[in-house]
Amino acid sequence: MTDMFASVPQEPGAPKPDPIVIADKVHRHFGGLTAVDVEHFEVQRGAITALIGPNGAGKSTFFNLLTGFDKPQTGDWLFNGHSLKGVSPAKVARAGKVRTFQLTKALSRMTVLENMRLGSSDQRGENFFYAFAKPLWRDREEEITAKAHVLLKRFKLYEKKDDYAGSLSGGQRKLLEMARALMSDPEMVMLDEPMAGVNPALTESLLDHIVELKDEGVTVLFVEHDMHMVRRISDWVVVMAEGRIIAEGPPSTVMQNEQVQAAYLGSHHDEDLSELPSADELHEEASE
Amino acid sequence: MDLVYDLLREAIAPTTAAFALAAIGLNFHFGLTGLLNMGQAGFMLLGMYGYAIVVREGGPIWLGILTAIACAAVFALLLGWPTLKLRGDYLAIVTIAAAEMIRYLGRSQNLNSLTGASTGIRGSDFKDSFEMLSPFPDSQVTIWVWTFHGTRSTSWWLLLVGWALVALCLLMFWRLSKSPWGRVLKGIREDEDAVRSLGKNVYSYKMQALVIGGVIGALAGIVWSLGASVQPDSMGRPTTFWIWTLLLLGGAATIFGPVLGSILFWCSLVLVKGLASMLIPSSVLSPQQLEPFSLTLVGVTLMCLVIFRPQGILGDKKELAFND
Repeated sequence: MTDMFASVPQEPGAPKPDPIVIADKVHRHFGGLTAVDVEHFEVQRGAITALIGPNGAGKSTFFNLLTGFDKPQTGDWLFNGHSLKGVSPAKVARAGKVRTFQLTKALSRMTVLENMRLGSSDQRGENFFYAFAKPLWRDREEEITAKAHVLLKRFKLYEKKDDYAGSLSGGQRKLLEMARALMSDPEMVMLDEPMAGVNPALTESLLDHIVELKDEGVTVLFVEHDMHMVRRISDWVVVMAEGRIIAEGPPSTVMQNEQVQAAYLGSHHDEDLSELPSADELHEEASE
Repeated sequence: MDLVYDLLREAIAPTTAAFALAAIGLNFHFGLTGLLNMGQAGFMLLGMYGYAIVVREGGPIWLGILTAIACAAVFALLLGWPTLKLRGDYLAIVTIAAAEMIRYLGRSQNLNSLTGASTGIRGSDFKDSFEMLSPFPDSQVTIWVWTFHGTRSTSWWLLLVGWALVALCLLMFWRLSKSPWGRVLKGIREDEDAVRSLGKNVYSYKMQALVIGGVIGALAGIVWSLGASVQPDSMGRPTTFWIWTLLLLGGAATIFGPVLGSILFWCSLVLVKGLASMLIPSSVLSPQQLEPFSLTLVGVTLMCLVIFRPQGILGDKKELAFND
C-alpha cells in the first residue's frame, strides 16, 4: 500500500487526496436491467487502480461510460475538474484520457508503425487541406515516427514495425494497443482487461509496462479478472458487483471483505447467476 | 484486326475514363474508408444533370462544373448525415435507394422542362461550349493507331480532358492516401471505435471521404455525358455494380486499380462480344442476344476472379490473410 492511500478510508466511494476522476450518481440501465449504479467514485492521480468484480458486475459498461462510448441515464463525472458528461469518445481521448479495449482493436491491415502514428495527436496532416502539402506535415511526421520507434523498442515490437498489425499474436496486439495509446502522452490510461487472452510468457512484461507507466506519472485504471495480477501491480482496488461499488481498499486486504467474498462466491446460492444475462452482453446487443 | 482496333479504341474511350474516375471516387469511399456506397451512379447522374442544365441555359462551363460538384457534395452530406453514425450497411441501403430516387426524379414527366424526363438531355443542347474549346481540328484525326474526331463527342479533346482528370484524381488519391489524413481513413476502415479512442472525429472523416468520392463521381458523370448525352436510365443500378466490379477487379485501395479495372472491364466486354459474333453463328445467338451474353460471360469471369483473387489484380495478398 502506497503512502498516498494512507489516509483513505476503506469503504465504497472513498474520497482520495488528489483525484483525477470524480464520478457522481452514474446510473445506466438497459431496459429493466441496471448495469451501473455508482453513487460516488474517485480515482487517485498517479496511482494504479484496479476495477474488479464478477462477470456482469458492470465494469466494462462503467468503463464505456467514463470514456464516452456509452451514455448513462443520469450522473456526472469530472476529469481534471472538467465535466466529461455527454462528451464524445474522441474528445475524451483528446482531453488526455485514453482507453484500450477488452477485445483488442489492432488495425489489422495497417502496419505496426502506422498504427502507432495514428495514435499521435496534434497532426496537421490529418486535416484534409493540409494533407495535400507534405511540407506542412513532414516535420511532425518525423517527430512522431521517432517517438513511435522509442515506444516500439520499449514494448519489444520494433522488429515488427513494418509488419501488418493483423499478423501479430494476441499478446503482441495488446502491447501494440497499449503502446499506441501512449503516443498521445495521455495523463490517464484505462485498460479494459489487459491480460485477457495473453500468453502467460508475455504477462510479466505486460505487468512491467503497466508499472512503468505509473513511474512516468501516468494514472492507470484497469479492469481485470486475474487476482494475481491485481495483487501484484495495483495500489488500490475497487470492487463492483451488480452495478454498484461494494468495496474499496488496498489489494492485500480488500479480498477479505465479506461482501466481496459474497459477490464472488455467491450470496445468492439459491439462484443460478450464470442464467442471468451479463450487463456486458446486454450492452453489446444494445449497441448493435 | 478489326477486333484488335476495337479493343485499342475501347481501352482509351471516354467511357473507360469516366468509369475509371467513378471508381477512383468509390476507392475513396470503400478502398480507404470502408464505406459501402451503393449509389455511385446517382452521383454521376447528379453531376451530369448539374453540368448539362447550367450549360444548356447559357451558363459558362466553369459554373456547370461547380454546380455538378456542389450537387454531389450536398447529396453526400444529405446521405451521410443520418447514416454515417450507424453501421456500414445502412449507408449501402440508403445510397442505393437515393441513387434510384435521383434517376426516377430525373425521368419524371413533371420535371420535363428541366431534365428532359426519360429522354434526357440531348448532347447538342449542352456539348457545344465544351467542344468549341477544342485545340484539335474539326475533322477526323489519326494519332498512331487511333482515329477519333478532333472535337465532336468521342473526340481527342474529350479523351485529353477525361484522362487528364483521371491523372489528376489519381495524383490526389496517391497524395491523400499516403498522408496522415488517409491514415485516419484507413484506421476507420479497420475499426472505427479504435480510431475514436485515439481522439479522432470519425463522423467528420467519414463525411469528408463521402463528399470527396461523390464529387469525383460527379466529374465522371460529366465526362460520360460529354461522350454521349444525359440519359437517366444509363445511370441505373447496373452502372453502380459495374463500378464496384471494376474497382474490385483492379484492386480496392490500390492507386492504379480503378484505371486498370476499367480498361480490363470494358475491353473484355468488347473482346467477348467480338469473339462471340465471329465464332457463334447467328442462328444460335442472334446479334441482339450478344450483348447480354457477353455481359453474362464477363460476370462469370469476374465472379471467378473475386473468388480466386479477392484482392484484385493489383492488391496485396498479405492484406487478406487477416480479414477478421
